[in-house]
Amino acid sequence: MHADEKFTYETWPAAPEKSTLESKNKFLGFWFFLGGETVLFASLFATYIALKDKVPSTTHHLAKDLFELPLTFVATMLLLTSSLTSVYAMYHMKNFAFKKMMTWLGLTALLGLGFLGLEVYEFTNYVHEGHTFTSSAFGSAFYTLVGFHGGHVAFGLLWCFTLMFRNSKRGLDLYNAPKFYVFSLYWHFIDVVWVFIFTVVYLMGMVG
Amino acid sequence: MSTLAQKKGFGATLWDFLTTVDHKKIAILYLIAGGFFFLVGGLEAVFIRIQLAVPNNDFVSAGLYNEILTMHGTTMIFLAAMPLVFAFMNAVMPLQIGARDVAFPFVNALGFWLFFFGGIFLNLSWFLGGAPDAGWTSYASLALHSKGHGVDFYILGLQISGIGTLIGGINFLVTIINMRAPGMTYMRMPLFTWTTFVTSALILFAFPPLTVGLVLMMFDRLFGANFFDVTMGGNTVIWEHLFWIFGHPEVYILVLPAFGIFSEIFPMFSRKRLFGYSSMVFATVLIGFLGFMVWAHHMFTTGLGPVANAIFAVATMAIGVPTGIKIFNWLLTMWGGSVKFTTPMHYAFAFIPSFVAGGVTGVMLASAAADYQYHDTYFVVAHFHYVIVGGVVFAVLAGTHLYWPKMFGTMLNETLGKITFWLFFIGFHLTFFIQHFLGLWGMPRRVFTYLPGQGFSTSNMVSSVGALFMSLGVLVLLYNVIVTSVKNERVGNDPWGDGRTLEWSIPSPPPFYNFKQLPLVRGLDAYWLEKMEGKKGMTPAEPLGDIHMPNSSFLPFMMALGLFIAAFGAMYHVNDKAWALPVMIIGLLVTFGSMFLRSVKDDHGFHIHKEDLMDDDDKGVKA
Repeated sequence: MHADEKFTYETWPAAPEKSTLESKNKFLGFWFFLGGETVLFASLFATYIALKDKVPSTTHHLAKDLFELPLTFVATMLLLTSSLTSVYAMYHMKNFAFKKMMTWLGLTALLGLGFLGLEVYEFTNYVHEGHTFTSSAFGSAFYTLVGFHGGHVAFGLLWCFTLMFRNSKRGLDLYNAPKFYVFSLYWHFIDVVWVFIFTVVYLMGMVG
Repeated sequence: MSTLAQKKGFGATLWDFLTTVDHKKIAILYLIAGGFFFLVGGLEAVFIRIQLAVPNNDFVSAGLYNEILTMHGTTMIFLAAMPLVFAFMNAVMPLQIGARDVAFPFVNALGFWLFFFGGIFLNLSWFLGGAPDAGWTSYASLALHSKGHGVDFYILGLQISGIGTLIGGINFLVTIINMRAPGMTYMRMPLFTWTTFVTSALILFAFPPLTVGLVLMMFDRLFGANFFDVTMGGNTVIWEHLFWIFGHPEVYILVLPAFGIFSEIFPMFSRKRLFGYSSMVFATVLIGFLGFMVWAHHMFTTGLGPVANAIFAVATMAIGVPTGIKIFNWLLTMWGGSVKFTTPMHYAFAFIPSFVAGGVTGVMLASAAADYQYHDTYFVVAHFHYVIVGGVVFAVLAGTHLYWPKMFGTMLNETLGKITFWLFFIGFHLTFFIQHFLGLWGMPRRVFTYLPGQGFSTSNMVSSVGALFMSLGVLVLLYNVIVTSVKNERVGNDPWGDGRTLEWSIPSPPPFYNFKQLPLVRGLDAYWLEKMEGKKGMTPAEPLGDIHMPNSSFLPFMMALGLFIAAFGAMYHVNDKAWALPVMIIGLLVTFGSMFLRSVKDDHGFHIHKEDLMDDDDKGVKA
């Protein structure tokens, strides 16, 4: 099978994300990349745990004074739902339903955008309360860990929009199917990272 | 269109190398860039030895000495040893598994340019206000208080080149898993391919902690964060952990490919199958695994407590076991073989006692209680130079002689090669053996001078004379390279006559598509098997057909250049320079713009047609 071949619903392969050598390589390489990303976030988590509530004086905010669970809960729900919608997009990709795939991808991006909006709002609030990137080691560690995740979401959005814009007129083929698939892998990954952030930073932060 | 490379002018050749995605050309780029930084790092070493040759010397000032010392370590590890090892991985590994290129040729080029621009950025510090001076480990307690931009050059330069290494590692992993020729099972892979595989896995998991450490340090120094500032609640030990979680696997990242090169040389020039192949593979994987479990042995005196120290001490000593397996396997490979003392074999032979000496001092240092005595003395300096020079540099020099004909199509002069070897070998032991004793006598490392009458004078002079020998050895090698290139006597597929693996079954240098037809691999030492059965080459595993090849691209260069520009902006933004922020944004735009272009522009590569391949046959393949 060639990457630039034209397909119909009938001829579309069962695993379009890995039916050429190039896409097999991309598929595997991306899994390895996510392995490296896992270690990257693990290092950031370790740093955060070591520096949690480490502030220069008693006047500084600690985790338990700061976080508001309802807001974070809504953000979590947005991101988890966006993971679900990206699964639907991949389902339609495998069924050669290009329009439906694009719709679900668009929804995924919107949910991601919503999440990012809430995160910006949350950060602005903290900054107003005096918990900033430079105010304490705790602040530096918090914004670095959560911000790295937020940066990943932002990059994911740019990626998603680029993919949708680039392929809007030409439908699915074996050249772009793996691109969509790899993006969805990435999106799931940042979702999983968020689950850990929600647990380690917010839930564990609330209990002190 | 013929697939033969035409005779090209200088401009065309330069453009060719700037845009190439061919693993063989990228290997040459790595060899040249790594070789250049090896000379720079070597020069720094010479300055160190001149300064220390006599007591109370004032050849360089204390501050400048710190910079030279820091840059010597950083350059040698990140900008010389790594890329030189990468050069051989790129040149040889795809050929050894019977592949036409690596899995991601574009990423391969990007990895090189990131390393290159990172290295250039780091070294520009010499001309822009002073080099980093906090040691190659750049401990936060020192680095945060270092004046000027030296440490910023370190942080940003290593960050850029580190990303290049990381994506290179992913590339090799996928290549080895997905692109092996028919019949090339995992347990038929040459040992150098195996060590490349395990090394790449180590890179994948070891470099992200360095990335994070460098990011945190960058945030602290350039953007006002407080990770390592104790008065703000920070903790400097976090840097030590992150650095060594990277730094210890890094020494295995360097030495495993060295083991791989020697594991190719021993069977080749003993004309005998590698002894204990399976146990060699097992030992390689085990060393890779244990390499992640021992980082805190660099921090015995930090005060982690006796339990942590004991656990890390035992784990460290355990690495001696798989390494010992390897040593005995190499010895037994030579045992009963018909040994031919070529230049590469000289290095391989000298490697065993030299590396074992480094291993023995390693086990001494691993004893946490005793380490309090050795810590921060010349004993440590002697130890790691015995493993890095005795292991990695010997392997790089051996590999240079061994693979030169495969990379350039002409043999380095053997007599000059042996002169290089003896000068370097004698110089190496002269320089570093005495340093064990200097350390035990109490000479601390990283000091810029010492007083007469402390008992260090004679030994330091001996050490400096050794450095002279090593320098002469390198000069002879350079002379050899020039003479060889001028003479340019072409060689055939298997110039050593004893090639065992696939890379020796194709022309030197190979055509850009490597294998006209993918070879059928019938066992370990695939080419040797065919030779022993009286065949001239490999049996093809496929009919002659069109070959799919990737397009060249200038984008990898641009992506790396963008980060290089952005790094200047990030660095000078602390000085409130008005141009700093725009420069940073422009740099990032160049990088992300190139990524965007790469994303939206389809790149299907091209096909070499069957007919052209048949033409090549008539003319004889010359790339």
